[in-house]
Amino acid sequence: MEDIRTGVYICHCGLNIAGTVDVEEVANYAGTLPAVVVARHYHYMCSDPGQALIKDDIKNLGVNRVVVASCSPRMHEPTFRRACQDAGLNPYLFEHANIREHCSWVHDDKRLATEKAKDLVRAAVRRVSFHEPLEIKERPLNPNVLVVGGGIAGIQAALDIANGEHRVYLVEKEPAIGGHMAQLDRTFPTLDCSECILTPKMTEVGQHPFITLLAYSEVEEVVGSVGNFKVRVKKKARYVDEEKCTGCGVCEEKCPWKVDSEFEMGLGKRGVVYVPFAQAIPHVATIDKEHCVYFLKGKCRACQKFCDAKAIDFEQKDEIVELEVGSIILTTGYDIFDTRRIQQYGYGKYDNILTGLEFERMTCAAGPTEGKVLLKNGQQPGSVAIIHCVGSRDENYHEYCSRVCCMYALKYAHLIKELTKAEVYQMYIDMRCFGEGFEEFYRRVCDEGVNFIRGKVAKVTDVALTEDEQGRLIVAAEDTLLGRMIRVPVDMVILCPALEPRSDADGIAKLFTINRRADGFFMERHVKLDPVATATEGVFIAGCCEGPKDIPDTVAQASAAAAKALSVISRGRVVIEPTTAQVNEVLCQACGRCEEICDFHAPKIISKDGLRVSSVDAALCKGCGACAVVCPTGAMSVRHSTREQIKGMVEALLEV
Amino acid sequence: MAEFEPKIIAFCCNWCTYAAADIAGTSRIHYPANVRIVRVMCSGTVDPIYILRAFEMGADGVLVAGCHEADCHYLNGPLKCDAMFEKIKKMVNTLGLEGERLRREMIAAAEAPIFAHVIEEMVEQLKKLGPSPLREGVKV
Repeated sequence: MEDIRTGVYICHCGLNIAGTVDVEEVANYAGTLPAVVVARHYHYMCSDPGQALIKDDIKNLGVNRVVVASCSPRMHEPTFRRACQDAGLNPYLFEHANIREHCSWVHDDKRLATEKAKDLVRAAVRRVSFHEPLEIKERPLNPNVLVVGGGIAGIQAALDIANGEHRVYLVEKEPAIGGHMAQLDRTFPTLDCSECILTPKMTEVGQHPFITLLAYSEVEEVVGSVGNFKVRVKKKARYVDEEKCTGCGVCEEKCPWKVDSEFEMGLGKRGVVYVPFAQAIPHVATIDKEHCVYFLKGKCRACQKFCDAKAIDFEQKDEIVELEVGSIILTTGYDIFDTRRIQQYGYGKYDNILTGLEFERMTCAAGPTEGKVLLKNGQQPGSVAIIHCVGSRDENYHEYCSRVCCMYALKYAHLIKELTKAEVYQMYIDMRCFGEGFEEFYRRVCDEGVNFIRGKVAKVTDVALTEDEQGRLIVAAEDTLLGRMIRVPVDMVILCPALEPRSDADGIAKLFTINRRADGFFMERHVKLDPVATATEGVFIAGCCEGPKDIPDTVAQASAAAAKALSVISRGRVVIEPTTAQVNEVLCQACGRCEEICDFHAPKIISKDGLRVSSVDAALCKGCGACAVVCPTGAMSVRHSTREQIKGMVEALLEV
Repeated sequence: MAEFEPKIIAFCCNWCTYAAADIAGTSRIHYPANVRIVRVMCSGTVDPIYILRAFEMGADGVLVAGCHEADCHYLNGPLKCDAMFEKIKKMVNTLGLEGERLRREMIAAAEAPIFAHVIEEMVEQLKKLGPSPLREGVKV
């Protein structure tokens, strides 16, 4: 076996490290450690000259193990591995000591920080002495893409990929695609009609030769890894044959039972058999089993009698579809904060208090009031209050800003002025009008004579204190500009609820093994530099599942996620990380504990030359090491996280 | 005599707590320099041998920290960690070490302040307990 010749490189990172850690002392110390043949310190190890130091020492001094002490390996481990590889050294013979994020940035005592840096370097030098060269393999990849969620984000991502002539499976939970955007009336700040800009895209999805639309379907299981995911999708029974249904709507007309329409936010009714909205894609009917009298009582079948296409099928069953894809884009969207949670705002208690989405349906020409702003009694309101930040910017609910409410609240004010001439009061904390054309729109609405009251609303009540307040809703708030409490009697109140993580976000995160942030939205790999990737290779996120955002930002992010997926596809193959489990067949007793503990079904007990041993499928192994911990004989180990390597670090850290 | 400075080994999962410690750095959230982080792939795959070896070598405290259940990169790592931890906890007690010397936490990548807080709290507790009875030269 060749001698171990380790090179150690301490980075100053300008003053980020050198300001707190005595880098020269650490380098001198490293030079005294066993098997270290060269120890240097340099201003920026990640720079080209920094990397050249490593490459030159590999070539000239025969360095065959490399330790860089600098930032987090999550930042520059790939950089230094590449430098090793460029100089002909196997990249796994490198080890990174994190003396910036874990040391110089979190301690201010120079002595303690320097001692800690020495410890971390010593541990890295020990660990690298146990490293082995590992072979990076590649395998072919499946170019198909799964997009989960058919709102505007999913639609955009699916179209971008499909237009590159790659197969996209678009899975949508609801009977039709379109998401929340399909419910919106007009979009700020340009006031173009939401349906008008969305429906051409929806139609394109429905007709695209490269898009397979699985509406009314849910992903049930995902196995595999980037390049080769296997996905099980449940296509829920609609009790309507999608192939035969023409979407004519006769069934809904004839259905004697009516329930609140989800699409109309309960302001309108739909049949129990229904097409969710006029432009729905796919344009087919669905039977709502929960409310269908035939399913409940065994009688009716009115829809079936009148369906000329013979599409109604009460015997239809849920169907399981197995898909194979190489990458996945999650565009699962958001939920709207339940305004009932803030009882003092009176939603559900008093009439004429609407949520933003209910108001969207009201102003929509195709909506339940045909675009008229009406009170419960059919009259037009004489005054309307719009309450911002309902559940957002509120430490009792969500600390974050929901980013879209200021602008749609301005849009509502404009529409109310246009449709009713009512007095409008904006009850806001801060006006945040940051996007293209936003500030201009704010100015325009100001000029339209809208009243702006800065302050958090305390309550909405019907308890009148004056004659003027009788029979009206009174919004009590603190006007923070005047520094006093005010009471504004109005006829209608619109609440702007927070955008929040979907109630099923937890399950989705688990299904696709991605993380969630403290606010509950899906977590990006890097908040600034890798905003649509996730901790799981090949799984991307876009739209409001990643955090509240408006339509332009959602579309941009969806296209970014599509570009990421396309770059996976165009590479044409995936690198198999060699950091997987391996079996020492001599030690293996074929007890099967590895097989039991593994959640990815990677180890299997097989017969080999008449002997029973464990064998690991590298394509399935994620390298977590659960098998190695339970293995009673030590036969199982994970490459690059071996017992010697981790134990060696622990020992080195505690030796002094 | 200088104040006793406990030595803590923290096994942090690559995906959550190691990242939390990184973010603590980026956000300059300071905490005591008594901790040495060892990166592991998953809290559920910290071999009990590592923990015992750390105590044997004179660590005053050991922290095993990883993802919350919902965040696990490997699906069920935290459950595996819990199971392992129950066993090792008993072993550590048998060795005559106080329970506070071994701590298990779930710290998500976004929870940098919690990471710093846990370290502060551990250092404070261990200072009260004094050096590990297994430390070389320490008279039990």
